[in-house]
Amino acid sequence: MATLKSLLPAIDWRRDLHLFSFNDLKLALDVNSGALHVLDEPAWEVLSLLAAKKGNVPHAFTELLPKWGGITLGQVWRELKARQEEGSLFTSPLDFSSYNPPAPLLQALCLHVAHDCNLRCRYCFADGGPFGGQRGLMPLEVGRAALDFLMRASGPRRTVEVDFFGGEPLLNFSVVASLLDYGQEKAREAGKKIRFTLTTNGVGLTSEIEEFLNTHGVSVILSLDGRPEVNDANRFFPDGEGSYSYVMPKLQSFVQNYPQLDYWIRGTYTRQNLDFARDVLHLVSLGFKNISLEPVIAGPEQPYSLRREDLPRIREEYQYLAGEFLRFYREGRPFKFFHFILDPEGGPCLIKRLSGCGAGTSYLAVTPDGQLFPCHQFVGQREFCLGDVYSGIKRPDLQEQFRLAHIGCKEGCRCCWARYYCSGGCHAAAFAAHRELLRPDEVACAIQQIRTEAALYIQAKIRLKI
Amino acid sequence: MHIRTVFNPRLQATLQVGGCGNCHVSCQSACKTSITVSNQTCEKEDKQDNILRPGK
Repeated sequence: MATLKSLLPAIDWRRDLHLFSFNDLKLALDVNSGALHVLDEPAWEVLSLLAAKKGNVPHAFTELLPKWGGITLGQVWRELKARQEEGSLFTSPLDFSSYNPPAPLLQALCLHVAHDCNLRCRYCFADGGPFGGQRGLMPLEVGRAALDFLMRASGPRRTVEVDFFGGEPLLNFSVVASLLDYGQEKAREAGKKIRFTLTTNGVGLTSEIEEFLNTHGVSVILSLDGRPEVNDANRFFPDGEGSYSYVMPKLQSFVQNYPQLDYWIRGTYTRQNLDFARDVLHLVSLGFKNISLEPVIAGPEQPYSLRREDLPRIREEYQYLAGEFLRFYREGRPFKFFHFILDPEGGPCLIKRLSGCGAGTSYLAVTPDGQLFPCHQFVGQREFCLGDVYSGIKRPDLQEQFRLAHIGCKEGCRCCWARYYCSGGCHAAAFAAHRELLRPDEVACAIQQIRTEAALYIQAKIRLKI
Repeated sequence: MHIRTVFNPRLQATLQVGGCGNCHVSCQSACKTSITVSNQTCEKEDKQDNILRPGK
């Protein structure tokens, strides 16, 4: 093993070690091992100066000697050396520039059972339901063919997934109900486990539907943005009336009536509510425990789109939210925030992290007429049609582009410290921003980095009880 | 102590043992717009073969 002093000048300090300050902590993430350390002030200054001086130990320590003295600097050095020897600091990167990901093997379908909606949300990427096309519902026969395709194309996979999506899937609930039974039957025949989710705005929820979804073990994603005025600014009925007062009681009773329900309240924030932590806390105050709030996906021409100049404010808001998250945790009132979840020892393997969401290879979206797209966000963009549920993939060349869009191939990801957390980001966001898959959207990346720092910070606070 | 280690998951070692293909597709749950992969849970079962192997 190389000595620490000889190793440090060879470190890529931006790519392989992330030093960051978040709220009251200073932290160091060893990117390649995933190890996280909390630093005191001398250790923080030593590592920061080493990074600034590209690992030149004599220069860094000479500069810090008057402030911290030889004894303290010696202690820091010995602790750095011990971490290096145990493999939790200054670990070497693996080169994934020529990585060849596994062949496509389908795992999940996003079934667009309804290209129609009973809301007209301002920021909807489905254009209010039809994805820029005709409004319509998926016939049962198409849905069945999609599930047959899923069973065939998933080969030896033990677990497959189906999300009922739209538009608003409850507009076609009879087909959803039939497909739940059909999917379970086909999965049983194929020796697979099948998991269902349903993403709904809640407008069409009835006690019968709630009972049915619960009985069939369907996980639900319930769309609502938070405070009444925030929700109603973007989520309204076709006549312009806000949806909060109609939907919120339904969502509350659904969640309260079924305590074992696997659910998320999922909202969107825009530049019009950069104080979005208040929306999370509003949902918490109403009794919801599983909350996801996502940055809006929108072109820069939209007044509500998130922009580079919003990032400092967004960072402040995640810092505030992380503090509140911990306060609720300590007061015995914990809640889950989707993007703060992090399980370092039980998280995904590196093979998963290299290729990300799986759009186009393990995950496909199905339109009401049975066409296949790489994911729900590409639906409606004709050039991304991959085939159909009857004849399968007709564009292996396009599928290959998605297979090869991994973090070793993306210039911005290769040297990004967060590459093993977001796994290259959203293909659709990249394409929307730059018309190419291999160049992620920089604003989305910055938000991802902030959220990851927040998740790491929370882990440090809870695990070390500090 | 100047450096307190929170965790050391040895991420790189999972390249050799991972790839069972059981875990959730990341955009299939509460996300649908801005993926995070690291918040997924590993669902590999004991003695299960890895069906997702990188090509040569």
